[in-house]
Amino acid sequence: MLKKITIEPVTRVEGHGKVTIHMDDKGNITQSRLHIVEFRGFERFVQGRPYWEAPVLVQRLCGICPVSHHLAAAKALDVIVGAGTGHGLTATGEKMRRLMHYGQFFQSHALHFFHLSSPDFLFGVDGDPAIRNIIGVALTYPDLAVQGVMMRKFGQEIIRATAGKKIHGTGAIPGGINKNLSIAERDEFLKGADPLNADKMVEWAEGALDFFKNYYAANKDFVDNFAHFPSNHLSLVRKDGALDLYHGVLRAVDTEGKKILHDIDYQEYADYIEEEVRSWSYMKFPYLKEYGKEKGWYRVGPLARLNTAEFIPTPLAQREFEIYKALTNGKPNNHCMHMHYARLIETLHAAEMIRELLNDPDLLGNDLVVKGTKQKEGVGLIEAPRGTLFHHYRINDDDQIVMANLIVSTTNNNEPMNRSVNFVAKAVMTGKEEITEGMMNSVEVAIRAYDPCLSCATHALGKMPLEITLVDQDNNIIDRKRSH
Amino acid sequence: MSNLIKFKIDSKECMAEKGTFIVDAARENGIYIPTLCNMPGVKPKGSCRICTVRINGRLMTSCTTPVADGMEIESNVADLQNLRKSIVELMFVSGNHFCPSCEKSGNCELQALGYLYQMLVPRFPYDFPIRKIDATSPKIIKDQNRCIQCKRCIKTIKDEQGRSLFAFRNRGHRLEVVLDQELGHLMTEELADLAMKNCPVGSIIKKEIGFNTAIGNRKFDHHAIGSEITL
Ligand code: SF4
Ligand code: FES
Repeated sequence: MLKKITIEPVTRVEGHGKVTIHMDDKGNITQSRLHIVEFRGFERFVQGRPYWEAPVLVQRLCGICPVSHHLAAAKALDVIVGAGTGHGLTATGEKMRRLMHYGQFFQSHALHFFHLSSPDFLFGVDGDPAIRNIIGVALTYPDLAVQGVMMRKFGQEIIRATAGKKIHGTGAIPGGINKNLSIAERDEFLKGADPLNADKMVEWAEGALDFFKNYYAANKDFVDNFAHFPSNHLSLVRKDGALDLYHGVLRAVDTEGKKILHDIDYQEYADYIEEEVRSWSYMKFPYLKEYGKEKGWYRVGPLARLNTAEFIPTPLAQREFEIYKALTNGKPNNHCMHMHYARLIETLHAAEMIRELLNDPDLLGNDLVVKGTKQKEGVGLIEAPRGTLFHHYRINDDDQIVMANLIVSTTNNNEPMNRSVNFVAKAVMTGKEEITEGMMNSVEVAIRAYDPCLSCATHALGKMPLEITLVDQDNNIIDRKRSH
Repeated sequence: MSNLIKFKIDSKECMAEKGTFIVDAARENGIYIPTLCNMPGVKPKGSCRICTVRINGRLMTSCTTPVADGMEIESNVADLQNLRKSIVELMFVSGNHFCPSCEKSGNCELQALGYLYQMLVPRFPYDFPIRKIDATSPKIIKDQNRCIQCKRCIKTIKDEQGRSLFAFRNRGHRLEVVLDQELGHLMTEELADLAMKNCPVGSIIKKEIGFNTAIGNRKFDHHAIGSEITL
C-alpha cells in the first residue's frame, strides 16, 4: 500500500505551500514534492500598462523584499530607455540604488536570521513550539531580539531615505533615481545615536556571525549534515569575480567549482536558461540549457553566491569569507544549513557597503537620470536576498508592456528545495507511522534555509498552520492532523 | 461703491463681492469646501456634486451658486460630510483606482479626499469595470480606469484655435472622456503638462516621466487637501 502524507499550510495572502510525501507500504519515502502557488499573475497584470509603472507595480509581489523587484524592474527599464546596464547610470543614480539594495539586504537578512531562524538554533529544531519563536527569543534572549529589531529598523530607514517609503517606495525610475541623499540623512546614518548608526550595524553584524559560529561549533554534525547534497550554483558576480549583489555577469559553477556558465551578459539569459513546467506544480523549474533538466538545475541565494564569487570586496566580510571557504577547502559549499552562515557573511558585507557608500559624496549629487536611444526590450537581473531575480520586459511603440517574464528566486530554487524536502523526509520520516511536530518542523527548517517568498516559510510568529493528511494510494484518508 | 455683501457659512460671518460663487467666497473667507470638477477661473458646471452645501434646507452645488446677501450656508456638518464621503467612495468603486501603482498617488485630489474623509472600508460594492487605456498619443496616456468624468480636461485643454483636445463619447454608463485622435497626435509638450496637472486623478499621464517626484515632495504628502485654505 502506498501512503501519501500531505503537509498543507492554510492559505495566507502572499504564498501557499504544500508538501506531499509519498510513502510505500514498507514505510520508505518514495517521493517528496513541494507545491507552491506562485505569483505568475503579475506577468499578466502589467501587460498594457505603461512601462515606467513596472518597478512600482511589480514590487507588490512581496512585502519582505519588494526592493529587489523594484530594482530588477528598474534595471530592465534602464535598458529600454537607453541608459544601458550597470554603470550606464549617473554615479548618484547607481549608488543611491545600491544603497537602497544593501539596506534591503541588511533588513531582510536580519529578519530572516533573527526572526525566522534563530528560534530553531536557540531552542532546537524539535524544541517546544510554544517558545520556539521570536516571542520566545525576546523573552529568553532579549539582547539578541533587540538587535534583530534594530538591525531591521536601520535597513528600513535606509530604504526610506532612498525609495521614499520603507515598503513599496518609488525611488528607482527608468534611467536612474528620483532623489539623492540629503546631508542630514547621511549624517543621521553615519553619526546617529547608538544603536542606529552604520558603525554599530557593522559591529552587530559581526556579533550575529559570531553567534552562528559558536552554534556551529557546538552543533557541527547537524549543521554539516542536515539536507546536505551536491548541486550547481548560480549568481551574478562582478566582472572581476567579486561578490556583487546589485550588478554583474551571470556565472554558474558545478559542485566541484568548475565554471559551467561563463560570466555571460544577462541580456542573453534566455539563450542559456530554460524553464520546465511540471504538471503537479504551478512553479516552473529552471535549468541550464546546455546541461539539460537532469544535470542543469542549480541553487541560488547566499550559499550559491559565496560559491560563485571569488572574493568579497569589503575587508571584514572578506576575512570571514576566507574562514568560511577554508571549511570546504575552497570548493563549493553544498551544506544546506551553511546557507545561514553565508547569509550572515553577506549581512556583514551589506553593513560594510552601507557604511562605505554613506561616505561617498556621489550620493549627494543632483544628476539623477540618464536616457538614450529607446529600446523595445530589456532584462534586469539582481541578486535578491533569496537569490537571483530575473525581470524581462518587452514594450510596444506606444510604451505599453506587451510581455513580462519574471523568474523569482524561489522559482530558481524550486528543484533544490524539493530535493531538500525529500532529503529531510527520508531522514526523519522513513518507517514512521505518525508525524511528530519535530518532523514537521524539520521539513519547515529545510524550506526555511532557502527563505523562499512563501508565507509558510516566513513563519513570523513561529506558528505555521499545518494540516497533515495521510492517504493511501487510492486516496483514502488514513489520518489527518493539524499542528494547532 | 462697494459690492460687498454679508453671509454666513456654518454660523461664521463672511463677506464677499456680490455674484461670487459660494466655493470661491468660502475660500476667500478661509473656509474649505471640497471640489473636484470645479477649477478656479473656469465656468462651473456642477457635475461632481462634492461641493454640495445646504441653503434654507435645500442642497445646492456651491461651485455654481452665487452668494447672496444674508445667505446662511451649512457646509461642515455631519450629514453633508457623510454625503461627500459617499460621493468619493462611489467614484472609487465605479472605476479601477489602484493607488499603489498609480503615479498620481500623492498628487491625486480624489485620493486626498479619500484620506480627508477617512475612507477606510468600502461601503459600496466594487464595479471593477473593464476599461481601456489609450496610449496612442506620443505625449500622454489616457487611462479610462481612473477617469471620474469631471470634464476639467475638456474645458481647459484646447489648441490655438480653441478646439478641445478631449471630448465625451458614448452615453449612459458607457460614457467616457476620450482624447481626440487627431488633435492628440499634435499635442504640444506644454498642453500635455497642463493636461496632466489639470486632471484631478491619474487618468491623464504624461509619457516617460513617471514617478519622477520623490515621495515626500508630492502635493499631499505633508498637508491634507484644503488645508492651505482653512484659516
Ligand atoms: S481625464 Fe481627468 S480631467 Fe478629464 S474628465 Fe477624466 S478625470 Fe476629469
Ligand atoms: S465641484 Fe461643484 S459640482 Fe463638482
